[in-house]
This record gives sequence, structure tokens and C-alpha cells, in this order.
Amino acid sequence: MHEELFAAMRQSVIDGDTDRVRQLAQQSLDLGVDPLDAINLGFVRGVNYVGEQFGLGEMFLPDLVMGGEAMKAAVAVLEPEMTRRGSRRASLGTVVLGTVKGDIHEIGKTLVQTMLTATGFLVHDLGVDVPAETFVARAREVDADIVGLSALLTTTMPAQRLVVQALEREGLRPRVRVMVGGAPVTREWAVEIGADGYGEDAMAAVTLARTLMVGKGAAP
Amino acid sequence: MTPRLEVLERALIPRILEEAFGLLDEPGVRVQAPRAVELLTANGATARGEVVRIPEPLVRQALATAPREFHLHARDGRPTVRYGGDTVQFDPGSSGVQIFDAERGEHRPSCAADLVRLVQVAEMLPVYAAQSTAVVCCDVPQEIGDLYRLFLVLWHSDKPIVTGAFTASGTRLMIDLLAADSGGRDALVARPRAVFDVCPSPPLHWSEFAAENLMDLARAGVPAEIVSVPMAGATAPVTLAGAVVQHAAECLSGITIHQLAGPGAPVVWGGAPAIFDMRTGTTAMGAIETALLGAACAQVGKSLELPTHGYLCGSDAKCIDAQAGMEAGMAALVGALSGINMISGAGMLDFLASQSAEKLVVDAEAIGAALRLRRGVTASTDSLAAAMFAQTGLNGEFLKLRETRQLFRTEQHLPSSVIDRSTLRAWQEQGGRDTAARAGARVAQLLASYERPALGTGREAALLQVIEPEARRSGLDRLPGL
Repeated sequence: MHEELFAAMRQSVIDGDTDRVRQLAQQSLDLGVDPLDAINLGFVRGVNYVGEQFGLGEMFLPDLVMGGEAMKAAVAVLEPEMTRRGSRRASLGTVVLGTVKGDIHEIGKTLVQTMLTATGFLVHDLGVDVPAETFVARAREVDADIVGLSALLTTTMPAQRLVVQALEREGLRPRVRVMVGGAPVTREWAVEIGADGYGEDAMAAVTLARTLMVGKGAAP
Repeated sequence: MTPRLEVLERALIPRILEEAFGLLDEPGVRVQAPRAVELLTANGATARGEVVRIPEPLVRQALATAPREFHLHARDGRPTVRYGGDTVQFDPGSSGVQIFDAERGEHRPSCAADLVRLVQVAEMLPVYAAQSTAVVCCDVPQEIGDLYRLFLVLWHSDKPIVTGAFTASGTRLMIDLLAADSGGRDALVARPRAVFDVCPSPPLHWSEFAAENLMDLARAGVPAEIVSVPMAGATAPVTLAGAVVQHAAECLSGITIHQLAGPGAPVVWGGAPAIFDMRTGTTAMGAIETALLGAACAQVGKSLELPTHGYLCGSDAKCIDAQAGMEAGMAALVGALSGINMISGAGMLDFLASQSAEKLVVDAEAIGAALRLRRGVTASTDSLAAAMFAQTGLNGEFLKLRETRQLFRTEQHLPSSVIDRSTLRAWQEQGGRDTAARAGARVAQLLASYERPALGTGREAALLQVIEPEARRSGLDRLPGL
């Protein structure tokens, strides 16, 4: 059923063609296709393909980012119908993500957001220059499994420690894992500030997030 | 003749500037320092919140007051660095947070002793016209990190310095320290020893600190170097020409803020533009497009008759290998042929994260070669060849000629022991060492022959008078690196 439509959806994400994505999403609604099927059997397959090809060095960051944007466009069209049906996309876990206070570097954090979303995590991206209190408040509000902290400057790295401390102070640490990243960040630094892990790049962040979820008792 | 490299067609430069002026109007520039916004709007710019539209005439006025040339002075007062015209000079890269420990083959956080070692090596190499505050010292509290780096360089070197502050109070204290070194504020302004790098955030964004820093430096009359860092494809247009436009707009807005605060204060059209690697998401400092961007941005600055700076000679390699040599060497050539006044970046590995004394000595060879290429092939004798043939005929004994002995040192760039030109057998007998091993030996040799310059007891005391209370206040109980 709808195999041709699903194939076109997959291809539209691979092409990063958001207009086509929206059009196909709308078409699936018109045909009465379950939006979850449209996502899982159509669009997500495109994202997965782009991720695989990126891993192989055959596709590049602009392909990945446009694929992520296309996926977002698809979900935006399908979401009202999903809400109406009361269906929810199965999520691998909930991540609150942002660049720490004092730091306005966005690229690395956005790549992590794209990859986590594409993999199936529910990601709340708080943007850049995010104070520790905001991380804590959002983590509590959405019952986050993981908080991801990006810092690109040696001068803003210490703000990652402040978020870990704030989560501890607010009693969230037992159920929230913390992962850190950014150019100057190291494994040793992650250990020093009491974070649960460090990812070298966006791919590593996904692997780390999966591992952290296993640590929380989720299936691998 | 001096061989020259121009990477922008002449007709493209007015288009680049026109678009850059256009960007300063729409979308405008984000300026997060209220005092800088006030200064701009009081002079004809319009602002909505932090976003300022700067009209072209205001920028043109700033360009008219910016000096065409200035010098940095060595400790003895000699003007040994010239910013202006087509003078080409190099200094070590200065963004390091790590040091590459060649013996162990590992990168680790840099400390005061590492900075001292780098300064000593650079002091011994004449191709480095200036020192830089090359690495952050992890054993020095962060709040005095910028001040302390400068202190260590002043303590161990006679050369001019490319430096930069981390905070507003850092700028003030560093100026105090430089004044102590020069023998007072007036002496510092008359014969500046250092230039301060100031970085806008791409795209078109002046943070509160950067804008304040520009104004403080201009008012103090201490040279400022605008280091605009568009990353083509990520924080700037993917096209090199587009990134050059953004670089120009960032420099123009910075010069406007700077010259409004201190008309006539020395300022440099500088930067570290680079491409964004689409596979790894890193800033490819060793890429040939990064060198092209450096050359293009300098060409635009030269068209405005401004002193220029670029960030070349760094490498994305992680150790002293063929990639490190190739990237630094090619970029040194591009920079030298482009006539960039100050080319920062030598010694850098791992993009610009890690400094290496061994790479500094390897890069010194590339720079020496590039500077030789820049001198071209000239007629240094009245008769080009005939007079020498008249002496030796067909015997071919040119080695015996007086001209040979007189001229070989200027005709040839004489490499150090880092470059291997021995026979295979001699190379084998000396242990068959590769570039990295020869570089290690050269570093040891330079360090052994380094002697700390005499500062004079009065100057030493003056420097200590600035640094000691700050060190104590930040919890440092001894001064590392002395």
C-alpha cells in the first residue's frame, strides 16, 4: 500500500526538497494515510539514508542539514493529524539541548540536534547562550532523559559544570544524564565536571545518547 | 621584480565593497555594546535595538582617518615591524589552547613553561618579525590569562608582539603593562610594541566585549587588528566571494567604531577567514581555499590602502607530518606573494588549537623560502653571466669565483638543518631522521643558544609592579614561567 508514495517521500528528504516534502505530506493526509506510517515508512527512511551516506563520506553536511530541515517540514504538516488521532511517534528518549551561557556558537549543537532527531530522539533545542536555570527548568518540564551541553570556547566550558551542578542542586541528576561536547571539550573534562559522557562529533553524540539510554534501562 | 599574487580580478573589488557597504545598511550590524551603538547613532547611523545601520559616508569618513601605515617597535625602540604597503612579515599563531608534545606525540593543555619555550624558539628565528602570545597558560587563573601571557612574552623577548585581551579589564591592565615596558603611556603611543587582535563574531556581530575593546584601544592609541573570521558555508556565504564581502563588511564596521572612538588610531584590516569542511564540520585552516580567502581579503584591504593581516600557515594535521608541511608551506607562499603585512598562524596544528615548537622551526623554513621567492630573480651584477664566463671560460669552475662567494648568500635562501639536502649515505649515517626528528633537534639547539634579553632592572621592576598584585588577587602564589 502506498509504496510509491513512501518511496517519493524518502527521495524528497534525500533531495532536501522541503516544498516537495510538504506536498507529499499533504497528499498522504488527503489519501487518509496514517501520519505515523508516512513518517516511519516514508520520510524517516530518507533521513536514515542520508545519515548512512554521510557516515560513508558520500554525502556532506549540507545534505544532512537539509535532510533534517525536510524532516521537520514533514512533521509540521503531519502533526495536527497525529494529535487528532492521539498517536505519538515512538521516541528513543527526550533530549534537552543547547549551547551554554556566554557562548553563541550554534553549528555543532544544531548538527547534534539534527542527528538526534533523525535517529528518533525527541529533541528540545534551547538555542544558544542558554543559562543553567533554563536547562534545569526545561529538563523538568519535559521530563528529559538527557541534557546535552555545547561549548565552543575554553572560556565558556566552565558553564557546562554550572549546569551539572544546577541539575544536582535541583534534584534532577538521578534521572537526567548529561552529555557534553564542543571543540575544546575532552573526555577528561566530562569526567572532571561530573557529566556522563562526551561526544567528539554529531555521530558520536548519537551513539553516546543511545548508550546513555541503555544505561537508563532502555532497550539498545 | 617582486612576484605578486592577485586572486581577485580588479573589477570585482568595487563590487565586493559595494555589497559590503550594502550589508552595513541591510541587514545592518548587531552591536551589543550600548556605548558603541550611541557613538554610531550620534554620528549618523540608525539603530533599532542592537541592530545598527551604518551609512556609507560614515564608513568613508572612518576610512579617511585610519592611518595608511604604522610601525611596531622592538624593545630598543627600533621600528622593526611595518604595517602598511606590501611589507610581508610573519608571527606565530596565537589561538592555542594546547601544546603538541612531540616527544610523546600527544596534545595536552599548554602551560606557562610551554609559552616560554615557544617564545624562546621564535626569538631565535629571524623570519618571525614579531612574537605572539601563542598559547593560553592552563596553570594561570583564567581572569589574568591574557595579561599574564603578555607579561611572559615581554619578559623573554625583545620583539614586537601580536596579542589580544579576553576581557575589558584585561585590555586596561595589558595597556598598563605595555606602558610599564615602554617607559610610560606617551612612549607606548609614540612607539607601540604590540597590536591587539579584536574579533567580531560572524556574521556581522560585535559582542559587547569586542566593541568595547575596539573603543578602548582606539582611545588609548594602541594598535588594533580586526580579525574577522567568516567561515564560508557555515557562518558566512559558501562562495569565497560572498565570504570576502562579509569579511569586508565586518572590518568596515569595526574600523568605523574604532575611528569614531579615536580618529587616527592605528588599525589593521585583518582576519582569519576559512572554509568549513563539509565532511567533518571543522574549520579547515590548511585548505587552499582558506589561503585564497586570506589573499582575497587582503587584496580588498589593500585597495583601501589599509595595513593588512591574515591567518595562514596553520595546519589541520595533528603531528609534524607531510600534511602539516604541505599546508603551512603552500599558505606561506600565498600569503607572502599577496603582500600581507602580518601573517599569523605559524606553529599551529589541529586547525588552530595546538601550538608546536617543532612546527615553528619547520614553518620557519617554508617562510624563509617564501620570502626568497618574493625577492624574485634580479640582475645583481652588471653583466649577468659574461663577466663570470670571462674569468673561468669553459672550465666551469664557478665555485672558485669571487662573485660566487660574495653573492651566494643573497642569491640562495640558506636552510637550517631542518631541511635535508645531504647525500643518502650521509643521511643514513646521521640516523636517517625524518623532518619531525630534525625539527626536534633544531628546537633543542635553539633553546640551548637562547639568552634572555636584558630588560634593565628598572623595567623588570615596573613589569612586576603591574603583574604581582594581579597575580596575588587571582590566587597565584608564585609567577610561573620566570
